[in-house]
Amino acid sequence: MKSFFKYFTGIFYGVKSLLSGLSVTGKYFFSPGAIVTQQYPENRKKLEMFDRFKGEVVMPHDEKNHHRCTGCGICGNSCPNGSIEIIQDKIDTPDGKKERIIGKHIYHLSMCTFCGLCIKSCPSNALAWGQEFEHAVFDRSKLTKILNKPGSSISKDIAE
Amino acid sequence: MKEDINPPVRNIEEEYHINIGPQHPSTHGVLRLVASLKGETVTSLKPHCGYIHRGIEKMCEKDTYPQVIHLTDRMDYLSAHINNHVVCLLVEKALEVDVPERVQYIRTIMDELTRIASHQLWWGCFGMDMGGQTCLLYGMRDREKILDAFEESCGSRLLHSYYTPGGLMKDIHPNFQKKVKDFIKYFRKKIHDYDCILTGNVIMQERTKGVGILTKEEAIDYGVTGPTGRASGFSCDVRKRYPYGVYDRVGFKEILGTKGDTFERYMMRMLEMRESMNIIEQLIDNIPAGDYTAKMKAVLKLPAGEYYQRVESARGELGVYVVSDGNKSPYRMKFRSPNFSNLSALDHICRGFKIADLIAISGSLDFVIPDIDR
Ligand code: SF4
Ligand code: SF4
Repeated sequence: MKSFFKYFTGIFYGVKSLLSGLSVTGKYFFSPGAIVTQQYPENRKKLEMFDRFKGEVVMPHDEKNHHRCTGCGICGNSCPNGSIEIIQDKIDTPDGKKERIIGKHIYHLSMCTFCGLCIKSCPSNALAWGQEFEHAVFDRSKLTKILNKPGSSISKDIAE
Repeated sequence: MKEDINPPVRNIEEEYHINIGPQHPSTHGVLRLVASLKGETVTSLKPHCGYIHRGIEKMCEKDTYPQVIHLTDRMDYLSAHINNHVVCLLVEKALEVDVPERVQYIRTIMDELTRIASHQLWWGCFGMDMGGQTCLLYGMRDREKILDAFEESCGSRLLHSYYTPGGLMKDIHPNFQKKVKDFIKYFRKKIHDYDCILTGNVIMQERTKGVGILTKEEAIDYGVTGPTGRASGFSCDVRKRYPYGVYDRVGFKEILGTKGDTFERYMMRMLEMRESMNIIEQLIDNIPAGDYTAKMKAVLKLPAGEYYQRVESARGELGVYVVSDGNKSPYRMKFRSPNFSNLSALDHICRGFKIADLIAISGSLDFVIPDIDR
């Protein structure tokens, strides 16, 4: 008798538990507005990333094509996997001395782990995070970027 | 060595071997399990790891201490903040740095958010392993709210590298506190849905109650920690026993089970999510003002010697052991990862149960394979 009773209460509680689960899924079934996910490729135009989002490392240039990089190479040394290569240039200053400036700031996006140490360690705040995130390309060499733009030079307030 | 990989066939008529993984959805990564079966009953189980071994410990030996942080993210990627925390604590302990109060508060909040996010994903995957796909979608949806809060402050959603020895990369975003408070209000309602869908479900209860029992003694023998160990009644919460951050200043319960079966392990995580929300609620309004990082030297050199530090990650006790010879990079770095010890108990737990139970049991142990292999 006891097992008989147990059998039926088991069925009763089983059905009840299934119904309580169904009530939750049913709620969403009748209000699909509550579960909409990001409609990604469609909302590309409106999509805004957070301003701290780590998309890639960039070197901001101002409107006169000035950047803040002195070419010291600290960022390359603090990078854990050698994603940054610095090629220095030597120029003659007007007072007859030789000075080192940045020639090419080469950044391998394909190797970067987005740790942020280069940006943190740069003494002149020359690097920043860019918000671009659609990095897929057909050719790997496109992921090697030169961060200082052609014809750019160091901004006056850093050089002094 | 060869024998190990292909276990000797003992009695060909009665026993056979079946390979689960390395690419199997319910192993949550590249883990290969060789199960010996008698009919449908598991007689023994051999895990084979190493499919995602990246040599993180070896790589640490050439990296400086700040550089090590980004590698720890990639071990247990679902508790990235907590992995960062353990290395930071070790370096701070060795250099005797006083970390500002503000940093400790933020770190504790971040750790608990990570724990909730990790358990949410686990809940979804566990439901899916048991055959309920809806769970995965709900778990992922609610986890998104935490990831958004992370993204706004740390810049990334999964591998944050947000802690640095001595502090944080950046201060929290002005919106962070509001976002977290909104999330807690939201999730307190939603966790009720979780209970309706899965916890109370009769199929799930029948499949998990009394299945895969690990006793307290066995949990201690195998070094099983975290929610898995606590389900067996093994009081192993590092947050209580060796408090770090501001855990000694908040009131929270260590959730302990008694039975040690699959259902108990499930319940541990459900209750822990609630407990984590309590911790966050106590802290989020009281973050003191101050610096977000202590003043650190440009090059960090630990004094020669041995150091050990542990924290409670979402899966158990995570320890890091460092031998330093006084240079800027460690001489040897060893991680005691919770998943590796938990995996060692799997063979013992699932013996005598059916192969379908094996999926439920391994799901309830909550493996993250990169943490096993490192
Ligand atoms: S980006 Fe900064 S750290 Fe790197 S070379 Fe330029 S100035 Fe030096
Ligand atoms: S973010 Fe890290 S990995 Fe990437 S270039 Fe900077 S230092 Fe190197």
